[in-house]
Amino acid sequence: MVVKVIIPTPLRAYAAKQESVELQASTVGEALASLTSRYQELRKHLYADDGRLRSFVNVYVNDEDIRYLQKDQTRLREGDTVSIVPSIAGGASD
Amino acid sequence: MATKTEIAVTPAANQPLATLSKEEVLRYSRHLIMPEVGMDGQLKLKQAKVLCIGTGGLGAPLGLYLAAAGVGRIGIVDFDTVDFTNLQRQILFSSEDVGRPKIEAAKERLRGLNPDIEIRAHEMRLTSENALELFKDYDIIVDGTDNFPTRYLVNDACVLLKKPNVYGSIFRFEGQTTIFGYPDGPCYRCLYPEPPPPGLVPSCAEGGVLGVLPGIVGSIQAAETLKLIIGKGEPLVGRLLLFDALAMRFRELKLRKNPECPVCGNHPTVTHLIDYAEFCGVRGEEAPAPQVTVPEITPRELKSRLDRGDDLFILDVREPHEYQICNLGGYLIPLGDLSRRASELDSSREIIAHCRSGKRSAEATEFLRKAGFRKVLNLKGGILAWSDEVDPSVPKY
Repeated sequence: MVVKVIIPTPLRAYAAKQESVELQASTVGEALASLTSRYQELRKHLYADDGRLRSFVNVYVNDEDIRYLQKDQTRLREGDTVSIVPSIAGGASD
Repeated sequence: MATKTEIAVTPAANQPLATLSKEEVLRYSRHLIMPEVGMDGQLKLKQAKVLCIGTGGLGAPLGLYLAAAGVGRIGIVDFDTVDFTNLQRQILFSSEDVGRPKIEAAKERLRGLNPDIEIRAHEMRLTSENALELFKDYDIIVDGTDNFPTRYLVNDACVLLKKPNVYGSIFRFEGQTTIFGYPDGPCYRCLYPEPPPPGLVPSCAEGGVLGVLPGIVGSIQAAETLKLIIGKGEPLVGRLLLFDALAMRFRELKLRKNPECPVCGNHPTVTHLIDYAEFCGVRGEEAPAPQVTVPEITPRELKSRLDRGDDLFILDVREPHEYQICNLGGYLIPLGDLSRRASELDSSREIIAHCRSGKRSAEATEFLRKAGFRKVLNLKGGILAWSDEVDPSVPKY
């Protein structure tokens, strides 16, 4: 299954400045594993030491949060978009 | 989500129904002739009470549009003063305002725009001690802060008081907007149960922001606030709106209420406001910086040692585009590359690490010392201090 993974601005520095990456995967877990093996620096930003996805990073398949699907096991279909959406705080002063 | 839950505006019970003066009818005529607002909507706006947290990049367009629209009471919270780096995006302020308290300049500007409304200026840092008392006097809270501790504080206070929280946040050229704390809707903790550990996500000061981006995101927050007040349209509830100015693309993701959410879930464990600095790992963007203490050298000491001809290796750990702004002629290895490129350094030489403010280079110094480099010093205060104390021709940014 070819899917597109969208990499958010704060994490692009760890993914060769790519905005998105197309890769082969049949589950969300596979897609992220493939992504982080391609860009190893990304791993510590996506996963905590215990191997779980960090709680300030959400992952969506199309517009649905994988926490409400089958998490890492969520199946992907051809052409799906996987979005990584971390929390950002900026707004006011400097 | 039920559509027309009217939320806002608690018309003061003992007050006569508001009316518009002749001048107000003229001022708001472009609202009044629109059926979606009309006289009813405009009177709701007049009776509405909105609190804007932060008068910076997001708070500027927000405050301006709410004031222009005739929101009857606008509260503004800030404790900062205007500086030159704010003017690139904080359009409430003009060059003459540099050095003034933001709250004072903002109040003046909003009052100038609309003298008929009440502007309450709260010059304070929002804390767990004062938030509930402050929020009590408002119908809607709009979050335009710049740091995680305050965002979790605003969220929890809004959930506890059952007030909607119109949320916006930005980074470089990307923004996120939604409404939290709506009846039966999700809250910030449903979206992100915990903040990132300090240092893992860069702040605007470190990451930069396209000046117009907060203008767009803050305007979306203003639009959602006005819609909540007049009770029209489809509020941005249960949907996270993502905006990418570089691609010029909006995307929408589903946002669900988490039944296990510690503050708004079925069995809440957070039932009062907590210590948010601690929750966010102390630092936040505003807490005093260095969590590591490393050996330092002041700019003046460095200058005199260089003048003496000491053999010092200047290591600049900023990013290449920062090096282009100004530099001390140092050897450039961005902090993020340091672990990979440490072998380029000679451990027998004395190394002076520096960055813009001394924060990143403190991390670099710590890292290098642990990696066996014995003679590493951090330039205290970075290039900013160098410019202040040694060479004012070096621009600050």
